[in-house]
Amino acid sequence: MRIKDFPEEELLLPGNAACQGCPSSMALRLALKALGRNTLLAVIASCTSVLQSPFPATAFDLPVLNMAFATGGATGSGLAAAVERLMKKGVYRERPTVLVWAGDGGTYDIGIQSLSGAAERNADFIYVCYNNEAYSNTGTQRSGATPYAAWTTNTVKGKREWRKDVAQIMVAHGIPYVATASLAYPTDLFEKFTRAKGIRGTRYIEILAPCPPGWKFPSGHTVKVARLAVQTGLWLLYEHREGITTYTAGTQRIIHGKARRLPVEEYLKAQGRFRHLFYPERDEERIAEIQRRVDRVFETLEFTHRLKQHIMDIEMLPPR
Amino acid sequence: MRLVETGNHAAAHAVRLARVEVVSAYPITPQTQVVEEISRFIDEEGYDCEYIPVESEHSAMAAMIAAAAAGVRAFSATSSHGLAYMYELLHWAAGIRLPMVMANVNRALGPGWNIWCDHQDAMSARDTGWIQLYCSTHQEILDTVIQAYRISEDPSVFLPVMVCYDAFTMSHTYMQVDIPEQETVDRFLPPFRTSWRLDPRFPLTHGSVIYPQDYEETRYSIYQAHRAAREVIRRTAEEYRDIVGNYHGDLVETYFMEDAEHAVVAVGTLALEARVAAEELRGAGYPCGVVRIRSYRPFPFEELRELLGGMRTVVVLDRAVSFGLGGILASEVKAVLGGEGPRPVSLIAGLGGRDVPYTLIAERTEAAIRGELSGEEWPTLALNERHLVSLRGLKALWGGERA
Repeated sequence: MRIKDFPEEELLLPGNAACQGCPSSMALRLALKALGRNTLLAVIASCTSVLQSPFPATAFDLPVLNMAFATGGATGSGLAAAVERLMKKGVYRERPTVLVWAGDGGTYDIGIQSLSGAAERNADFIYVCYNNEAYSNTGTQRSGATPYAAWTTNTVKGKREWRKDVAQIMVAHGIPYVATASLAYPTDLFEKFTRAKGIRGTRYIEILAPCPPGWKFPSGHTVKVARLAVQTGLWLLYEHREGITTYTAGTQRIIHGKARRLPVEEYLKAQGRFRHLFYPERDEERIAEIQRRVDRVFETLEFTHRLKQHIMDIEMLPPR
Repeated sequence: MRLVETGNHAAAHAVRLARVEVVSAYPITPQTQVVEEISRFIDEEGYDCEYIPVESEHSAMAAMIAAAAAGVRAFSATSSHGLAYMYELLHWAAGIRLPMVMANVNRALGPGWNIWCDHQDAMSARDTGWIQLYCSTHQEILDTVIQAYRISEDPSVFLPVMVCYDAFTMSHTYMQVDIPEQETVDRFLPPFRTSWRLDPRFPLTHGSVIYPQDYEETRYSIYQAHRAAREVIRRTAEEYRDIVGNYHGDLVETYFMEDAEHAVVAVGTLALEARVAAEELRGAGYPCGVVRIRSYRPFPFEELRELLGGMRTVVVLDRAVSFGLGGILASEVKAVLGGEGPRPVSLIAGLGGRDVPYTLIAERTEAAIRGELSGEEWPTLALNERHLVSLRGLKALWGGERA
């Protein structure tokens, strides 16, 4: 799949109320191209509630239900149950895809109970967390997804805690599909949505969503920052199906030794929210701490990859 | 079919008869039997329905809203803390103008933990835009749940309906219930109707950001729908009587009000207890009647004004209290009478499941009739040494006696 093969139909219309360089609108545009018109969209309280434009206008060329903050999983469950009924009754000829679109506040924090419940019931919908690592809609406060040392309006010296990893929590739920994606790897993102569409049950896709005003970088750099997150190893691209995790795109290239992993500094320096790590003087300790964490993750990933290669080499030897 | 059933099972039978397609609920005492029975109908008796065993009441209501939004008939049941946990979404359900029905088994709120009957839970949610109907018999629970779908799905209403009944005195006791035939209910209740639904063929956005220039109009439409609902509730009760056969009153039900000079106003089982008290008082020579409020929202102010305006005495029984004001129902009855007619006497009693015997109602009503009682009273209150222990403890703490 190449970008020029993506469908031309736009289901998120231009002229909406998104900020310049908004990652949610970019992600929505790509995801909806993959899922197509036969989709029921639930938007959970987030920037996306705003970017679709106020009543009576709408930027969506889809049926959309806006819902309260902590309802993502339950809304998906309710829609899925109704779709089941309407398919039985023949109201729908073709089964529509139920898509729940929530931010990291609605996923990591206030909505995790609802999401976890729905995943445990394996309710039939795709849940997307577009993760801009803060409560951007309310002016950038810290969330459970905000990374260590990042500035937000209520962590002015940088967050003291490390972020949690909801994608891994979803893997632990044993749902049929979990994937992470990045705006800088659109074909990878598109393919993950296409694959998710073909699976039944709860599917979770998390997209890193660099937010220009929240992360403090020029609005033209959204994709660049998204790419640096993968290239430095701070954002891993993978999908998890039937108990097996497969690393994809930029992350796979690093693990397979086909691309060099960049120092985390390059990612941190590109954003104003980490400015206090470099000005007025370098905070060597915190920068090194972040680097160490990534190094440890990749040591394991690269070791596992080499081990697998090694086993495959042994198995391919002729029997003695 | 005539069965001896619990109030909760009566509600479950009604859900099946109403051909509800999605049930989403979370267990809470004393509501549990409703969903237990529904899930048994699905598993053992071939009831064709999607049951979502959600992980919280907040999710129960969210899933119900989503199901109704997609265009199917939805039901939930809850009580007390569960209803309180739903609070945000109660507003959402009414605000988005979706028909749906929920049973609420009236129970007290903690702390301390109390699972018994009290109307504080539903009455605290009175301004959410939901229609609230209160039942007083098991048969009425069954009939009201079915009627509630007709009311909720009426094009001039399109609002969610809460069917309330008392914890344990109704939820867990057994009474005779006539289960109507499915064909009869089908004649009364047409398939699900809604003002809008999510459909890829008609891509519309619902519930997005709305600015001050448009928001007030949406609230006004809910206000108007409640006005329209009064007539719809009356008409629905009559049609139900004509087609299915039972009648429990419209917005109110009255007992002995034809020649009454004194009236007791109450909701739920307290009204039935008051009916026995009224009979007692009639025996003692006091022409007393009872007005049972069936529809709490919309409030039956026309009926109450007409019924109570000419009374010599009005006693209002409350099983809930508006802290800082007084009996909730009493203050509303006062507002309806607007200073005309008698000044209602407010009795706040039976909170947290305390027994309110008809003898007590008769005695206090008689006192009110004789003019020995005015304003407000908590007749079942029994402050004793046990209740003062904490106060003594606090005094000791503040006085530094423990230090």
